[in-house]
Amino acid sequence: MSKTQGSSHDGATAAVMSAANEAVTTATLPTTAAPSVRAVSVSFVLNGREVTWEGDPSAKLLDVLRDDLRLTGVKCGCREGECGACSILLDGVLVNSCMVAAGRVGGTEVTTIEGYCTTERFKVLDATFARRSAVQCGYCIPGMVLAAEALLSANPHPTEEEVRTGISGNLCRCTGYNAIVDAILDASKEGEGLW
Amino acid sequence: MHPISQPVVKKDHTEKMAGSAEYVGDFYSTDMLHARFVRSPHPHARILEICYPELPEGYCSVDHRDVLGENIVHVVEDDSPVFEVDEVFYVGDPVAMIIGPDPQRVKALAAATEVRYEVLSAILDIDDSDTVFFDYHYGRGDCEDAFSEADKVYEEQFSTGYQEQAYLETQGMSARYEDGLLTVHGSLQCPYYVHGAIAKATGLPKGSVRVIQDYTGGGFGGKEAYPSFLAAQLGVAAMKVPGKDVRVVYDRREDMEFTSKRHPSRCTYRAAVKDGRVTALEIDVRFNSGAFTTLSPVVLQRGIIAAPGVYHVPSLKVRGRGLRTHTVPTGAYRGFGAPQTFFAIERLMDHIAADLGQDPLDFKLAHAAKKGDPTSTSGIYHYEVPLPEMVDKVCEMSDYRAKRAAYAKEQGRRYRNGIGIALWFHGCGFTGSGERDFIKAVVGLHKHADGTVEVLACNSDIGQGIKTTFSKVVAAELGIPYDQVSYGNPDTSRVPDSGPTVASRSLMTVGELLRRAAARLREEWVDGQEQSVEEHYHEPDFMLPFSLEDFSGDAYPTYAWGVSAIELRYDSLTGANDIVGCWSSFDVGTPIDLAIVTGQMEGGVLQGLGYSSMEQMATDANGRIRNNSYSDYIIPTSADVGELAVSMHVVEFPFGPYGAKGAGELPLVGIAPAFVEAAEQALGARGINHIPLKAEEALEYLGAAQKEAHR
Repeated sequence: MSKTQGSSHDGATAAVMSAANEAVTTATLPTTAAPSVRAVSVSFVLNGREVTWEGDPSAKLLDVLRDDLRLTGVKCGCREGECGACSILLDGVLVNSCMVAAGRVGGTEVTTIEGYCTTERFKVLDATFARRSAVQCGYCIPGMVLAAEALLSANPHPTEEEVRTGISGNLCRCTGYNAIVDAILDASKEGEGLW
Repeated sequence: MHPISQPVVKKDHTEKMAGSAEYVGDFYSTDMLHARFVRSPHPHARILEICYPELPEGYCSVDHRDVLGENIVHVVEDDSPVFEVDEVFYVGDPVAMIIGPDPQRVKALAAATEVRYEVLSAILDIDDSDTVFFDYHYGRGDCEDAFSEADKVYEEQFSTGYQEQAYLETQGMSARYEDGLLTVHGSLQCPYYVHGAIAKATGLPKGSVRVIQDYTGGGFGGKEAYPSFLAAQLGVAAMKVPGKDVRVVYDRREDMEFTSKRHPSRCTYRAAVKDGRVTALEIDVRFNSGAFTTLSPVVLQRGIIAAPGVYHVPSLKVRGRGLRTHTVPTGAYRGFGAPQTFFAIERLMDHIAADLGQDPLDFKLAHAAKKGDPTSTSGIYHYEVPLPEMVDKVCEMSDYRAKRAAYAKEQGRRYRNGIGIALWFHGCGFTGSGERDFIKAVVGLHKHADGTVEVLACNSDIGQGIKTTFSKVVAAELGIPYDQVSYGNPDTSRVPDSGPTVASRSLMTVGELLRRAAARLREEWVDGQEQSVEEHYHEPDFMLPFSLEDFSGDAYPTYAWGVSAIELRYDSLTGANDIVGCWSSFDVGTPIDLAIVTGQMEGGVLQGLGYSSMEQMATDANGRIRNNSYSDYIIPTSADVGELAVSMHVVEFPFGPYGAKGAGELPLVGIAPAFVEAAEQALGARGINHIPLKAEEALEYLGAAQKEAHR
């Protein structure tokens, strides 16, 4: 039994669910337009650079990053907080960007794979993931790498079990996870002092 | 270990690691149009009228009236339409599409499209089906005699559920029609399948269609046939709005509900046993094909050929049917029909052994085929069958025999362990003569003046590492560094048709063609010159020609072999299980890259563990998939298996490159029966013959076992 996938029966999920249902039922166009949303201006540090974004504060950060800021290393796997493909670091904490409202990120530091891949820590993970052939289809990998970073920065010398728990919010359908776990354990040794 | 097995850095590692590899949803253009389907809400209904809402400028509808070619998506047969005309056959059947610049508005307009239907009666269960798409029969020996002379006859029914591929990247496709050329790119396994489907639907000459595979976030069979549908629909749409990109990327729920998944099955097996040996099997296999035939004939063929398992049984009578229901069409998923029948035969052998008071593993080994024995279709196992050595290895890794004996005794009150083991094969490459008669693969190599060599083939890297392994084979044969060989994402305007990326065929069959091409290029090599070579498929001479008429001959040139032991620990309070370990030995011939092959084996095993229990997919009263998200279709995480260990056994195949055989599908195929055997032991149950095995059911079995113990 899966022990670690969280429940997501929240408002966002319900919204997606009803939208999906609409696609197969005959419905009529709403006669009243949706209440207009006031755009807000949100300033935050994105991959080390100050950015200001304007728009609906309830927009998903995932969409803001991918569609407006063109950071497509942030992958979309489910849009409901289950798969981890859209993982980013928000003030160093691993979050699913599909579960974060854009209005929430004002004044924070956001790191995506595009920023993280320029770091020394990434180089270590890059080498160990390469050696272990831990990358198959690659779709979970940007999120997985950031999950590894979040884990190692909190716990530079994790046990195998801690690694498995640490990345358990990031689904991978290809690998069976062993190579990814081994690559992270290797990085914790070879990156001694970096985390 | 062969030197070529030494792992290298994968060709596509860097861009995937850094997030710069572009999947279809990552492309950007300022004039992109988004597409959304209008789908049937009914499992079976007549379409009376389609009423589109008033469409703003820049938005348009697309339906069957826009199909300029034939309203057919060609898969194996031609029964699937691009868009439905006057009848719908499952919930989700595409009736129309809305395209336009703003995705939210497109979604609202699709939802506002009113389709009037006359609801018709629907058939949702294969027991009620009145349409047999395919009905195959084969056999050998004299079953009647064997059953009349039997000491005992066993009969059992087995059932298996849907399985969703659950690739991390959903289905997606993009199309653009400009200057008479229709270019389609997307997430797909088989560029030339897509190419042929688009040409048929649009009526364009083949030279006016170009298909490019983008980086693809997993396939597992799910992107074998389904992309042909999306591409045909989008191709039709793109021709309505020349000069614009039209794209669809499915959301997860749409993907899980409306794209193809593994066929649910019901199989009835009868076995005749004489003097402790199974002398005959009568097998009736039924697969739920859903509303259209799609890949069902070939899935069913593989399923029934594998139906007697790895065992040599003198008399066989096998029937297989693909049945129509008003549900989502089922299709290819890793294993392709074989996981269903291997589940049945392995469970049957376990149950017969238990009834005879024999150890199930010994009973299976006593029946296992050997080199030179006939296959189920009266072909021959031409090469060594390494099952005994592989079983020894797995027993050593898992401590199977000691655990099996220990768990048969009294266990603790709360936690109960069990261990099971299964034996299986996977026929390598296409079933029957498909490779020779239909695919006729062609590959090329192009050497540039600077000595770099480009692989020209259309097999797509969907994570299995084919860019890397093709390059390794070519580099090894040419005797040049791996870095000097390249293989990009296939583009039909540049590469020949080397066949689809399916059936665990790419490396064994296409890889061997590339090796032969490289051997020729090495002979003809001239420094500083551009050179090209081409190579065509020839069937190996040793094969007994296969006939689909009576299912006779060599269905496969060779077989990959698998043995897995699985240990479970059940909590008798909750019915939940921990997977303590899964220990496997696999023979896929020479691993062209040990790290890649190990990753494939581990990933396949994990999907098999999901298939056994946690991956549950139920339908509602209209046959519509209910478990349509990762919230309630649970796939394994990194924390779900205690120990997942794989060992490789190598029997080289002389007609595969450096001895390689098919690999990708093998590891999933026989996991479920080993899982259920372990569950049976842990739960003190008898005769469990279905998957997925749910926690609630585990509690019932435990309760029943306790009652019996107290009696």
